[in-house]
Amino acid sequence: MEALTDWLTAYRLPIGETIADFVDFLNTHAQGGFDLVSDTLEGLVEGATDALLAVPAPVVVVAVTALAWVLQRRIGFTLFAAASLLLIVNLGLWEATIETLVLVLAASVICMVVGVPIGILAAHRPRLNAAIRPVLDLMQTIPTFVYLIPTLILFGLGVVPGLISTIVFAIAAPIRLTALGVSNVPASLIDAGDAFGCTAWQRLWRIELPHALPSIRAGLTQCIMLSLSMVVIAALVGADGLGKPVVRALNTVNIEKGFEAGLAIVIVAILLDRLCRARAKPA
Amino acid sequence: MPRARETGVSNAVEVRGLDVLFEARGRRAQRTALAALDRGESRDALREASGVVAGVVDASLDVAEGSIVVLMGLSGSGKSSLLRAVNGLNPSARGSIGIKTAQGMVDVCGLSTRGLRRLRRHSLAMVFQQFGLLPWATVAENVAFGLSVRGESRARRDAMVKHQLELVGLDNWAEAPIASLSGGMQQRVGLARAFATEADILLMDEPFSALDPLIREHLQSELLALQARLGRTILFVSHDLDEALRLGSRIVIMDGGRIVQDGTPEDIVFRPANDYVANFARHVNPLSVLTARTVMQPLLSTAVDANGFAAEIDIDCPVGELLALTAKSDTPLLVLDQGAPAGRVDRKAVLDALAERMGSR
Repeated sequence: MEALTDWLTAYRLPIGETIADFVDFLNTHAQGGFDLVSDTLEGLVEGATDALLAVPAPVVVVAVTALAWVLQRRIGFTLFAAASLLLIVNLGLWEATIETLVLVLAASVICMVVGVPIGILAAHRPRLNAAIRPVLDLMQTIPTFVYLIPTLILFGLGVVPGLISTIVFAIAAPIRLTALGVSNVPASLIDAGDAFGCTAWQRLWRIELPHALPSIRAGLTQCIMLSLSMVVIAALVGADGLGKPVVRALNTVNIEKGFEAGLAIVIVAILLDRLCRARAKPA
Repeated sequence: MPRARETGVSNAVEVRGLDVLFEARGRRAQRTALAALDRGESRDALREASGVVAGVVDASLDVAEGSIVVLMGLSGSGKSSLLRAVNGLNPSARGSIGIKTAQGMVDVCGLSTRGLRRLRRHSLAMVFQQFGLLPWATVAENVAFGLSVRGESRARRDAMVKHQLELVGLDNWAEAPIASLSGGMQQRVGLARAFATEADILLMDEPFSALDPLIREHLQSELLALQARLGRTILFVSHDLDEALRLGSRIVIMDGGRIVQDGTPEDIVFRPANDYVANFARHVNPLSVLTARTVMQPLLSTAVDANGFAAEIDIDCPVGELLALTAKSDTPLLVLDQGAPAGRVDRKAVLDALAERMGSR
């Protein structure tokens, strides 16, 4: 028995080394590309953050409250939006909240822009769907920390590796839900579109996407929630935002700071989730 | 074989030797399957051997302009497959389907994607059993669907939608969401959508089967009334002989993918080609199908004295009317076929015809 174990361990397969070599290879030979991506994304995120922070906090609170009313028309939710944002200002977490908000929205926008077209393609091409399914599974199940390391090496410390890791983690939701929505269009609707002479493009815009819209919307909310859950991990590699005080609180065993930042994250989650939902139909 | 009964009227649809195959992957599988069918192999044997399902086998059919032809059969008989081949929703493996357009006859089977799309936008419209309406759009938007797909201007679309909604009696529902309509109303929207494109040929795939009987009868009458005004050509699929008898100027019965009989309602009911057709007709009330054509005694000579008859009637006169007319007078009626004397009907002939058919039930 021992001989077998010895034999098994004698020729260790260089899986980790291979991947590390590959990352090194990318780092040395494609550094320019990664730097370009890194600089662009960092510029965008920081620009948006600075722009939002240039506006006085009360103005943003009023704007978000108004948006809550316009989108949902519910007194309770509107009051909650105002009160919760004022609480964040009160706790001194306003700047971190804006940073987190921008990070989450940037990740979600990129996920939707890339994920929805991939989902549509997957719905139309069963073989593509079969091919990407294991990749999506892998992206969702592999522990985040594992791919945080190579993104850190490739994109450097800061907000970008956090953003990329967030996208890797969250993009599966819009892809899957878009594909689901598009492939679930009833045959009678597809027939009707074809029988009246739709082009493939017309069929997509007039039948498939409207039918898939609720599903795509669910993909968006899921994507936002998944992005938000990455905030603390993004902070580990240097992204600013509400994750930072949490990480700091963990390192210094600071209960109050940890809870306050956690509360702010929850508030952001509730606000974004409710804002993105379809308005409840009046009974 | 199709009969050219409507002489002088041209055909809107001409199907010739049509085969529709499902699950035949690749040219070779298709050729093998067609060869097997040509050898007379049954559909079941073909499916067992190769997995290929023959939806339609060697079907030929004419639909005269302005007529309603009903395709009938049990489920799986190929009636829907044939209908869906006419606008290319089902690809045909062999044969031709001629469609009359403004540019002359066009063969659906030889069309490019573009040509097929053109045909679907202008010459063919369809009504579905499951309605196929867009649930997120309003009634008006659904009626406008075919028009907006082919890029009609907003003004033309609005005018046409308004007109169509008036025709089907839904003018007060234009802005209502589809989900707020009952099934019967939804199918009226489906009819309006099909009529709106002004396509000359309408394909109707069991449009009333999902509705309850009362609504179904109501919509059948409405369809007949619309047809009387608009005079389109309608190919209608049904599994209900009563519906077929009511709507069809001709009925085509299908079994196992093949056309087994193609004739007038009277032919189907009183001269069934085989047991399968006879089974359909078993429970039909002869009062609803019998006409002077079957009841009359043919004239031996064309030289007739019109004075010897109580009245002149058309050869397609229903038996109910004959009964009423002959009850009033002992003198026989003169039957005219396209204006020419063709036969005579007296009280005894009517009673004999009815007694014979009632007795056989």
